[in-house]
Amino acid sequence: MDNRTAEIYRILETVMDPEIPTISLVDLGIVTGVEWENDNPHVKLTPTFSGCPALRIMEQLVHEKLIDSGYETPRVSTSFEVAWNTNMISEKGLAALKKHGLAPPPKHAGYIELDVLSDIACPLCDSRNTTMQTPFGPTLCRSMHYCKNCQNAFEAFKPVT
Amino acid sequence: MELTERHVEGLKELLYKMADDLLILGHRNSEWTGLGPVLEEDIAFSSMAQDKLGQSLALFELLHELGENVPDIVAFTRNDKQFHNCHLVEMPIGEYDFSLARHFFYDHADALRFAMLERSSFEGLSMISRKFRGEIKYHTMHADVWMKQLSQGTEESKARMQSAINATFPLALGIFEEGEYEAELKEAGIFEGESALKHQWLEKVTSELKKHGYTLPAEKDVAPALGGRKGFHTEHLQPLLNEMSEVFQIDPGADW
Repeated sequence: MDNRTAEIYRILETVMDPEIPTISLVDLGIVTGVEWENDNPHVKLTPTFSGCPALRIMEQLVHEKLIDSGYETPRVSTSFEVAWNTNMISEKGLAALKKHGLAPPPKHAGYIELDVLSDIACPLCDSRNTTMQTPFGPTLCRSMHYCKNCQNAFEAFKPVT
Repeated sequence: MELTERHVEGLKELLYKMADDLLILGHRNSEWTGLGPVLEEDIAFSSMAQDKLGQSLALFELLHELGENVPDIVAFTRNDKQFHNCHLVEMPIGEYDFSLARHFFYDHADALRFAMLERSSFEGLSMISRKFRGEIKYHTMHADVWMKQLSQGTEESKARMQSAINATFPLALGIFEEGEYEAELKEAGIFEGESALKHQWLEKVTSELKKHGYTLPAEKDVAPALGGRKGFHTEHLQPLLNEMSEVFQIDPGADW
């Protein structure tokens, strides 16, 4: 990665997910590349979910941040060229999810079965004595669980292939 | 290979029927928001509705790249005769057993369709199909869990599910109504065809239902609900479209 591209990544590490403010878009794994048109960066994003309503807001946040950082006419676009999956979340990102109270998604090998979702560690007490209540949650990327150890309900960032 | 005009027309026909199925079923699923039998189901149908709308948008955007109008105009300004969805998705939500049977039949067809399209020679389509895979997986898992649960509930739950399966099957067969360009799509490697898809789907739903002691009516004994792909619809579609486009019609230029 050349210096000017690395600089863009450093800047984007300060742009947080609008729904999960502890994780940056870079750590979430949705920044798939930077191209250059002369001195203007073109940042490419990929959606977490096709129906994610935060997508346009993320584009806007990236655009504003680049303008604030002194780039005059940056471009931001979203495409399905690289299909996002939860293995693309960085180690730092997984820790950031937990910090927000969300159980991070387990790594997957390209397929998901229900068993995977019933073996999630509680983000509050780390116990694996948990059950999944429903694979759907308050946003498309979350499932809902219950910890039988500390008796708290919690949400997980669900694994997606 | 170089695409001819007929290939492109076939591609558009394919994209329109998939996008319309997803848009209309997404709208129907959203009608469970606030009304689901338990909170988790309310959330499940609402989440699946959101996925389907997002997926339909991605398909409408592909159509826009092929020269069709922008997604909002295409979604909100056509009348029922201009829609190409199958009858299955336009039926009212009915009782929960019907909505579950529709969900089971439709989502298994969708999972297989997009798995097939991951190999499509049309790159835009193969890209989004790879993306949709992870999302649809959660839909089929949800449907399968309910088929299982209700088969193990009471005599009544199993009987009601079986009767919903029987009643919904002819509608579900309408998913696979062939279009005018099947041969062209196959020739260009864009889509392997409705008939091949139906074959895979019958195998899948038959084995899934059998696991839980349900039976599927024989295909030859039922009349498939055809016509939707050609713009012939039931009386249920136009009222849905009126409702769906109400805000857009009041102020087409509204900024959100």
